[in-house]
Parts: sequence; structure tokens; C-alpha cells
Amino acid sequence: MTDLTKMTLSAARDGLQGGDFTSAEITEAHLSAIADASDLNAFIEVTSDQAMDMAAKADAMIKDGSAKAMTGIPIAIKDLYCTKGVHSQSASHILDGFKPEYESTVTSNLWADGAVMLGKTNQDEFAMGSSNENSYYGPVKNPWRADGETKDYVPGGSSGGSAAAVAANISIAATGTDTGGSIRQPASFAGLVGLKPTYGRCSRWGMIAFASSLDQAGPLTRSVRDAAIMMESMAGYDPKDSTSTNVPVPNYEAALSGDIRGLKVGIPKEYRVDGMPGEIEKLWSQGIDWLKSAGAQIVDISLPHTKYALPTYYIVAPAECSSNLARYDGVKYGLRVTGDNLSLDDMYKKTRAAGFGDEVKRRILIGTYVLSAGYYDAYYLKAQRVRTLIAGDFKAAYEKCDVILTPTAPSAAFALGDKVSDPLAMYLNDVFTVPASLAGLPGISIPAGLSAEGLPLGLQLLGQAFGESELLNVASVLESAAGFTQKPAKWWGENS
Amino acid sequence: MSNLYQGATGDWEVVIGLEIHAQVISESKLFSGAATKFGSEPNTQVSFVCSAQPGMLPVINDECVRQAVRTGLAMGCQINLRSVFDRKNYFYADLPQGYQISQFKDPIVGEGVLTVDLEDGSTKDIGVERLHLEQDAGKSMHDQHPNMTYVDLNRSGVALMEIVSKPDMRNAEEAGAYFKKIRSLVRYAGTCDGNMDQGSMRADVNVSVRRPGEGLGIRTETKNVNSIRYMMQVIESETRRQVDVLEDGGTINQETRLFEVATGTTRTMRSKEEAHDYRYFPDPDLLPLEFSQEFVDELAKDMPELADAKKARFIKDLHINAYNAGVLVAEKESADYFEELLAATVDKSGKPVSELGTLVSNWVSGDLFGALKKLGLGISESPVSIAHAAELLSLQIDGTISGRIAKEVFENMLESGKSPEAIVEEKGLRQVSDTGEIEAMIDEILAANADKVEEYRGGKDKLYGFFVGQVMKNTGGKANPQVVNQLLRPKLDG
Repeated sequence: MTDLTKMTLSAARDGLQGGDFTSAEITEAHLSAIADASDLNAFIEVTSDQAMDMAAKADAMIKDGSAKAMTGIPIAIKDLYCTKGVHSQSASHILDGFKPEYESTVTSNLWADGAVMLGKTNQDEFAMGSSNENSYYGPVKNPWRADGETKDYVPGGSSGGSAAAVAANISIAATGTDTGGSIRQPASFAGLVGLKPTYGRCSRWGMIAFASSLDQAGPLTRSVRDAAIMMESMAGYDPKDSTSTNVPVPNYEAALSGDIRGLKVGIPKEYRVDGMPGEIEKLWSQGIDWLKSAGAQIVDISLPHTKYALPTYYIVAPAECSSNLARYDGVKYGLRVTGDNLSLDDMYKKTRAAGFGDEVKRRILIGTYVLSAGYYDAYYLKAQRVRTLIAGDFKAAYEKCDVILTPTAPSAAFALGDKVSDPLAMYLNDVFTVPASLAGLPGISIPAGLSAEGLPLGLQLLGQAFGESELLNVASVLESAAGFTQKPAKWWGENS
Repeated sequence: MSNLYQGATGDWEVVIGLEIHAQVISESKLFSGAATKFGSEPNTQVSFVCSAQPGMLPVINDECVRQAVRTGLAMGCQINLRSVFDRKNYFYADLPQGYQISQFKDPIVGEGVLTVDLEDGSTKDIGVERLHLEQDAGKSMHDQHPNMTYVDLNRSGVALMEIVSKPDMRNAEEAGAYFKKIRSLVRYAGTCDGNMDQGSMRADVNVSVRRPGEGLGIRTETKNVNSIRYMMQVIESETRRQVDVLEDGGTINQETRLFEVATGTTRTMRSKEEAHDYRYFPDPDLLPLEFSQEFVDELAKDMPELADAKKARFIKDLHINAYNAGVLVAEKESADYFEELLAATVDKSGKPVSELGTLVSNWVSGDLFGALKKLGLGISESPVSIAHAAELLSLQIDGTISGRIAKEVFENMLESGKSPEAIVEEKGLRQVSDTGEIEAMIDEILAANADKVEEYRGGKDKLYGFFVGQVMKNTGGKANPQVVNQLLRPKLDG
């Protein structure tokens, strides 16, 4: 019998619709795999009963012929998506006990297509982090370990729980969100495909905001085809989100022709950063060769403002978060620290001191500072101007090429605890992912090989606005060429 | 009103600017579908958006945008085809998002000039700086529990227009006239109901003083003043206070102040040092607000007739004098009442409208307004219906009753609520126009007062009134004055 937890999403779809197994069966198999994998700390909440109910409905849909591609597929949802009546705290203590009365648009889309929710995954608090060590619920462990190592590695962040769940075969696929690389970098660290679509492609309604002008929903999956299927279900215009774009959602899976002959692939010289490990440089060259062999034309391009992307991002995102997180004040929901004769201001201070973790506080402080009178022009306004220049870089580059190939991250996964005390080193993880985020452009990470230590490494493809179809097609070529089939050796739970 | 304030050490000039907050008339809030009904139970007009639930996003209410544009058009201001919503960040328990969505650098409506009428008959031009759209906050209730504050979010997210004047006003009267002008405009435009007692309109009052000819002094801002009378008190008390401070050698602190109704004065709310740094920045949840000139033109085409145009029409087409026309159009409700009554009177009396304008306008601005003022009622609360008023005027027009009797009938109508026809019948107030009856009465009176007739004929013209009075007295005021004149004069002149 097929191992029900080791399939790609597309294989599971074919099996479900071919009657090889039921959604109830694969859902149950995943729920027991989740129970076995508590060491990873990938899930904050497992919604077993709800999952079985949804599976039963999905099986009915399959039976009556109304099934869609996602019908019956058990998936994990990043905690920051509001799911009605279910834990939705963006892994923060400040939302203590919060269960929304509404369902996010993206998850509603998935449920409407018959997908099954296994539970809510761990993440960096409010999606702020690159290692998933900033969660109120503790760090997530990467299922991958360096060869011969027994220490724990980070899964990347902020969608670390989602990445770990998919890599450890405890969820077929998972939703993530990407603000500056929070889908692509964990995908790279966990040997997965991670797609951040164009800003405005998915509705942000019901996603707990980090930085409104950057946040986007996207899938973490085991294959490019899986990403195409899940993206199509998640995407769409939503009148409830003024920044979502009214562009029809194409059939992404149908775009996976594998034919990229004549396609122009840009290689930005500014992404050859100092101190980049040789093996990443080498993998990048390998990727160029793969695409060349498939008939693509390689073009050298320049994105001259790349070096300003990281500082720009670390002004814009904290500025927005300092305002977005002001609503967590202990008045309406979530945590409230009470005491005798506390003034309103004291209540705010005590609640927010107790409710936010260090990284969140750091970014609120930075954001408050850069928006302050006297500093606004020098920081926030300048950052916005640079952001426009960065978007201009891409616009100019896409006059010369169709997609851009870069590494996803400057390193493989690092050991848990390695960078916690050095926020700046941590921020450098986003160096390759942040520019496209600032420009609002789509990007995808594809597993392309292993580091010398045996940890996954990803390559990133960047596309043009609403060019997800093309991006996915090129990614599928890279995926075939790389032939990345390695899986982490199971060290957690029983039979480890 | 004088433009200078006499201090102990000389004259001072007062400089006043107003920020008027006017609640937009719309079914739902500025960025959510929640309703806006006044007086609802606490927290019953609240959506996920206006209670700032996690992950909720604002979506602009197009009707509020149209209302702001209409208001801008009514004020004759520049309409900006592109404007931007910003976040004004501060913490307060009744501000659920921790920021207010407002417009900071790029408002929807730009500059304009309003001409206001002053009591001495002169006019003054007062500049409008801008109008922007913003959300209202909720309401903190400190009187519900001994040591807790309750929050009502019904108002949270309700659309407000903030109309900012230039510092062009120089005394309380001008500020009052400017406020009334704006209130009248928004009512005519149907964009704000102007109900100050319900908080639909309130003003932040900026006051500074300076020696004539000098640069602007340091200003104070008194927040949330919710009546015109209070606003004028704020200006007068702030002027006195600031002049006293300066004449004593002190300096004015730039600060926010609160008006205290009990004392009619203001007190410090927070100083400049305690002022918030609002950290304005463009709201990343909202795209810039953009619309076409065609959109504005469509709204302009459908604008209702405003006060100034109405006044001009009353004068030109209805031959109403400028004073009456001004009084009638000052409030939309009175202009509406007048126009409805005029139409009803045309129907009832069968006379052409051009002949009735003066009579009807005199009656509304004189008799009716006088009575309402005595009763302390507004025009919308008038105890006399349009139908009854038209009937009354028609009785006067067709000569059934005289003007004097009409006043008596009106008094009775106010008390009894009865129709004027019924009152005239009941009390036998029908005017006497029978020449034979009146002539016989005149003969009697002349015979009984032969001495006075002699005096009159001897040159004492003034006695004519005495004879008219006698006739009226004998008929209980019902004799038709025209008939009396026609008969009396030839008999006296013999």
C-alpha cells in the first residue's frame, strides 16, 4: 500500500480522485504522523476533529463528482491565518486565547475547494524572523540535520512550522506567508518548493498583518506542480482587500509545459555578495547551466540598488508593523495584564511588555523611531524612495529578460541558537529575497541540491508581476534538472 | 463687532481659525459596512473592521467619498482628484486600531473662500484651507463603573469631514458666522445633518492674539466645542486670558485646551511637550484615492440648489426683499418650509406665485419665526402645518379676513391647533365688506362725534385715524379697511 504521508499533493489528488484511498484515510494517517512528530514543534494546534469532518465532506465531494484539485488534501495552516473558532495568534502571547469569529479569504478559498485543515503551524511571532526561534510556542526544529549531526537545525522562518511539517511528511502541503522571504527561505532550508506570488495576487483579509505593503500568502509544497495547484486555489481578487488586484487566476498547472526554449533568464551581478559560500555560488552556476541546456538564453543583468534593499526593508517593514501591532493593547481581546489601580497607560505597558517577544519589540521600536517627527524624512521617506528605485531596477531588467535566477539564501540551515544573539546576522538571511518583496514581484524557491554538510539548498526564480504561470513553468524545468529527491532521515518520534 | 480687543495696555488683534468636524451622512462607516445610526445601544453598530480584529482591512465607502466631494463643491473649493489616506498613530482605549485613518498631506478637498454675512450688513471673506476625510473614534464611558472605563465603539470608524479654515477670523461674531455658513452649506448639500447636540458637528477652536500689524502670536487649540454659543465663549475667554497673560509679561504656551461649560472658560488639557507624535504615514492597507473629473462633474450636475443661489432666485423671481430672502435661506429647513408654503398658497388662493412672494415671505420670516422663537421651537417642530398656514394666508388674500384678524387667528391656531377656517367661522371673524352696513355705521359715528368732525374739517387731519378706529371698534375689527377708507374720506371731507 502507498505510504499515505509521503505523496506529493498531485499524487494524492490523483489517488483520491481515482479512488485509491479516501481523504479520511490520508487525513488520519497525517494526524498520527503529527502526533509522532511533536519533537519538531511544527504545530501549535492540531484540529483533529475538524480535520476528520472536513475529510468526510471532501470524500462526499469526490463521490458526487464535485471535487476540485485540492479536495481531500490534508494541509497545515500557518498560525497567522485567521481560522474561525480556531487558535489564530500569529504565535504571539499577546493574542492569548484569541479565536477569530471569521475565516481568512485564503483559507476560505482552500476550504471551498475541499482542502482539509490538519491544524495551525508554528512560526516566528507575527512573522518576524528567519529561523522560527521567535515564537511564543518555542522554536521549530528542522527535520533536516547535517550529516552525522545530532544537534537541531532551524527550519528557516518565519513560516518554519509549515516548512518543517511538509518536509517531515506530517502535512502534504502548507500555507505560508512571505513578507521579506518567509516562504522562500524556509523552503530553501527544508528542501521544499515555496512560492511567494505577486503582491495583490492573494487577499490579505484575515491574515494577521506584519507589514501590509509586503505581506503575501503562498504555498510550501513538495513539488512545483503542487505549488501550482495550491496557488490556484489560494489566489484571487477580494473586494475586502483594497490592495488585492482584479486579475483572473490562470490555470497554473496547465502552464507547466516544461518548454522554456528561447526564454531569457537574467543573472544579476549584484547578487554575488561578499562571503557567499562557494557551494552556493557553484549551485547557482549549476542552475544557469540547467536552464541553458533546456534552451533558455542567459542574460547578464544589473539591479544596481540591490545593496540598499535590506536596509530599506528593515525600515519599511518595522514602520508598518509598529502601527499594525498598535491594536494589541489589552483592551479588546487577547492578553491583558491587570493590577490594582493600573492606569490605562500602565495597563498598555505591562500588557505589551508581557505579550510581545524581543524581536517584535525590537521592530516596534525601530518602526516607531523611523516614523517619528524629525526622523521621518531621513528614514521612512527615503526608504520609500529607494523602494521605488528598486522596483525601477526590476522594471529595467525585465526589458532584457523574462525571469531572474538567484540563490534563495546565502547559506544552508544553521544550528538552533547560532544567530539568536546577532539580529543583524539574522537579517542577512533575507538578502536575496527582500528585493523582490519590496518590488511586489513573485518569487519561487526550488530545492536544487545539498550542501557539503548534507543540508538542502534552494535556487530562487523571480518573475514579472502576475507572471506566476511562467515562473512556475521555469521552476518545473529547474526541478526536473536538479532531480532533488533526498528526504531528511527521520530522527524524531517512534522508529527513529 | 470690533476687530480689536481693548487690553489694559492697548489694542490687541485676535486671530481665529476653526477646524470643524462634520459627520458625513451615510448608511455605513468610512471603511466598514457597520451602520451609523445615532442613539443605538452601545456596541451594536460594530463590525470586525471597526473593532480592529486581527487581519481586518479597511475598504473605502464610496458614498462617503461622494459626500466629501459634494461638500467641497458646495464650499466652492478645489477638488483633488488624487488624495491619500494616512494613519495618525496614538494609543487610547476607544481607538481600537491604535491609529486613526485620516488624510494628512493630500486631502480630498483643497482651498476655497466663503463669504459670510455679518450683523452690520457687511460681508467678510474667510479662507478654507482644506477638507479631509477621517474616521471617528469610539467613546469612553467613565461613569458606568466605580473603577473601570467602558468603551462604546458605535462611533468608531464613522466618517467625518474635517474642514479647516485659514486663520482669517478676527472676532467671535465672524467665527460664529463662518460656522453657521458651513453648517448651512452641509445641510443644503445633504452631507451632514449639522446636529450639534448629537455631536454631528463640533469644532476645534484655535485662538491667538497679537498687537495690530505684528506677526501671528502663539495659538491655543480648544478641542471639541459642540455649540456655537460655546465657541463664541471660548474665543472671548481665550482672548481675555491670553491678553491678561501677555500684559502681565507672561508668554502663551502652545497647548491643547478644554472648554468647561460651567465656568464658560477653558483649561489646559495637554501642553506642547505632552503633545502626541502622531507618526503619520500613508496607510499601506489603502491605495491612494483617485477619481476622474467626470466623476466630480456628475456630482456637480446633481447638486441641490444652495443657499446663495436660492436667495438670488427669491429676490429675482419672487420679488422678495434681500433681507427676507437672507433670513429664509439661512437654514435649509426654513427655505424648504417657505417654498412649500408658497406652492400651497398658490394652489389654495389661485393667485400667481409672483404676487404672493412678499406676503408669504413676510409671514414666514415675521409672524411664524416670531412665534417659534417665543415657543423655543425650530421650524421643523412648527405647530402650524403647511396646509393650515396656506389656508390662513388665502383667507387674507381673498379678503375674508384682514391682516390684523389674520394675526389673531394665527395666535389661536398656535394654541388650539385648529384650522383657520374653523376659527374664523367659530368666532365670526369674517371681514365686513358690505358697504351699506359700513356706511350706516359711519353716519352714526360722524353724528355722535360732530365736534371732532368740525375739528377735522378745521384742519386737524390726524383725527382721520380716530374715525377709522371707531369703525373698527364697532365692527370688532372686522370691517374691511379698504371699504372703510373708500366711504369715510368723502363723508368727512364733505
